[in-house]
Amino acid sequence: MAERCAVVGVGQTHHAKVRDDVSLAGLLREAGQRALDDAEMTWSDIDAVVIGTAPDPFEGVMMPELYLADALGAAGKPIMRVHTAGSVGGSTAIVAAHLVESGVRRRVLTLAFEKQSEGDTTWALGGGRSGGVGAGGYFAPHIRAYIARSNAPEYVGWMVAVKDRKNALKNPYAHLKVPDIDLEMVRDSPMVWDPVRRLESCPASDGACAMVLTDEAGGDAASKPPAWVHGTAVRSELGQFPGRDPVSPRGGQDCAADVYRQAGITNPLEEVDVVECYVPFSWYEPMWMENLGFVPPGDGWKLTEEGATEIGGKLPVNPSGGVLSSNPIGASGMLRFAEAAMQVRGTAGEHQVADVRTAVGHAYGGAAQYFAMWVLRDTKP
Amino acid sequence: MAREVAIVSFAQTPSIYGVTETESQLLFPVIAEAIERSGIPRKEIGFTCSGSADYLAGASFAFVGNLEATGAWPPISESHVEMDGAWALYEAWVRLQHGDVDTALVFSSGISSRGDMREVLCLQNDPYYLMPLWADHVSLAALQARALLDTGKVTEADLAEVAARSRRAATGNSMAQVAGDVTAEAMSAEPYVVAPLRAGDCPPVSDGAAAMVLVAGDRARDVCERPAWIRGIDHRIEPHYPGVRDLTTSRSTRLAAEHVGVGDAPVEVAELSATFSHEELILRDALGLADDVEVNPSGGALAANPLMVTGLIRIGEAFRQIHDHGRTRTLGHATSGPCLQQNLVCVLEGDR
Repeated sequence: MAERCAVVGVGQTHHAKVRDDVSLAGLLREAGQRALDDAEMTWSDIDAVVIGTAPDPFEGVMMPELYLADALGAAGKPIMRVHTAGSVGGSTAIVAAHLVESGVRRRVLTLAFEKQSEGDTTWALGGGRSGGVGAGGYFAPHIRAYIARSNAPEYVGWMVAVKDRKNALKNPYAHLKVPDIDLEMVRDSPMVWDPVRRLESCPASDGACAMVLTDEAGGDAASKPPAWVHGTAVRSELGQFPGRDPVSPRGGQDCAADVYRQAGITNPLEEVDVVECYVPFSWYEPMWMENLGFVPPGDGWKLTEEGATEIGGKLPVNPSGGVLSSNPIGASGMLRFAEAAMQVRGTAGEHQVADVRTAVGHAYGGAAQYFAMWVLRDTKP
Repeated sequence: MAREVAIVSFAQTPSIYGVTETESQLLFPVIAEAIERSGIPRKEIGFTCSGSADYLAGASFAFVGNLEATGAWPPISESHVEMDGAWALYEAWVRLQHGDVDTALVFSSGISSRGDMREVLCLQNDPYYLMPLWADHVSLAALQARALLDTGKVTEADLAEVAARSRRAATGNSMAQVAGDVTAEAMSAEPYVVAPLRAGDCPPVSDGAAAMVLVAGDRARDVCERPAWIRGIDHRIEPHYPGVRDLTTSRSTRLAAEHVGVGDAPVEVAELSATFSHEELILRDALGLADDVEVNPSGGALAANPLMVTGLIRIGEAFRQIHDHGRTRTLGHATSGPCLQQNLVCVLEGDR
């Protein structure tokens, strides 16, 4: 049956508004080389490459695996390109994990990237039409609906922003760093898409992320502790139809239930030690905590308010600073998956959560209609 | 040992220029037909994977709308590659190797007629050094054809022969776009598009969609009278710059063919994504096909070339050769990028 899969190398770039010191290929090389160094491997050790990025019009390069093949050492090897909207970084890692779990490949390098500075993302997000409202404009009504539904106090969104921005100060790769962040600063920042204030929003980043995945023998041979894949799941649903709940989409619920079942998790709040979750706007932390089954509907904001989602809390969420601090869109999902691996492997440095045995990585995309998740542990499945 | 996975159904639209529908409208009947022919209820499909390109649709996230055609409610386990549907088939085949899912739907779609492909496909080139030259795919293909002619192994008459045979074969394929009882002499008389490629050496601009259903294990025999078993599927890429490759061969095709064991037993029919006539000669050589192998009885990509679908149709045609025509070993090939940069080879077998 399925082969075991281990994450044995993780790498990411320093994320920034403009990385004009490197080409697209250079950006990917930076992340890829770090992942290979971490795995104590070279480019020639890799059997297959899987890349993911958000829509090609973001950078203006069509099917970029063709151009990137040389830089990624893929000549003579298989390379694939995944595209599942904002969840792509997560689903790309899952395709890579499946290549290993299927027994088809033994050592897979997977990378995801975005170089937003080379294009106009908000234009492209609007389908290439002018007058697009951007992602924030699209999601703000869902956030308002959540607040109305749960009676969450307004300051919960500010609390998420403060927590993630403080966490980012501990992450050397994070893009947005606001050293003296506090609730007042978030509260006083400009309203962008009511109720989302500027400091409750993700930045536009250039960046890339990479991971080396191996079979069981590779995990056993790794000199650093591997993170073992205990479950992977993806779900997609139609973006809009009457009766759909875009605030807590069924796709997210089903995806979480599927991945917990694979990992044997029956009480996620008690059994998961850390979550790296796709939170591009502050309110998505409590919204996803409910959607992913950590707490019942209406209680997500209480986790944030209690401080449970801080490093050292009951369920730390986004100790890396999350999407709120670095958002190279196509890579943002893979960063969640990779940060989960770092937590399990104990390599997260200053933002390491103590005693992590089980970590969850999560990504979503489209009209909150694409979901990708994995569960990692420090022990084999 | 790979799990046994078979193609049990295939459906496609006719390839035409200038459809008025959206990609999802093209896909609705095609997906419905593939599922109906498979005998697998739609709700039992365990995994779905598709291929398409935003730049053909002229809009980012274009593939999201195609979810409509799958009826993705309740939510489905689904993925998408920004590649020809043949690579979606590959991802689905990998997914079925796990053992927890037994059925998969694969589809792809592309509408090329709404853009100028000689401009759009330039965006596949290295954005810093090659793309600004606007080296279009026809011109790059012509460089490759010239390199092949310069070896002396192939003549322009050989190219014309491929061009004519493809059009003649397409007369028996109601889904093809360009068909006719033409001769190689007539093809040779056509003007050059980019020398040495004449009009007949180049593919039409096509729109289309296709879908297929995969089933693992014995259930494939239960639902399908003659399933086509995927004996091997692999893909490889080569360096991007045409200048650093030997354009007269296809090393990536050769590697993929070796990996899937093309030469282990005779192939009866090969459906090749040769979008320019000279590519068929290069691919035939790289695959090591014997002289008696029938190539592109459907007319191939020279008769219909809906980008993102062409490769999946080749594998669908290889399936038809087994399912409809009782062949036992066939081959489907897909390609991506300028000058056959990336190639996929899939070997199918029927029960003996």
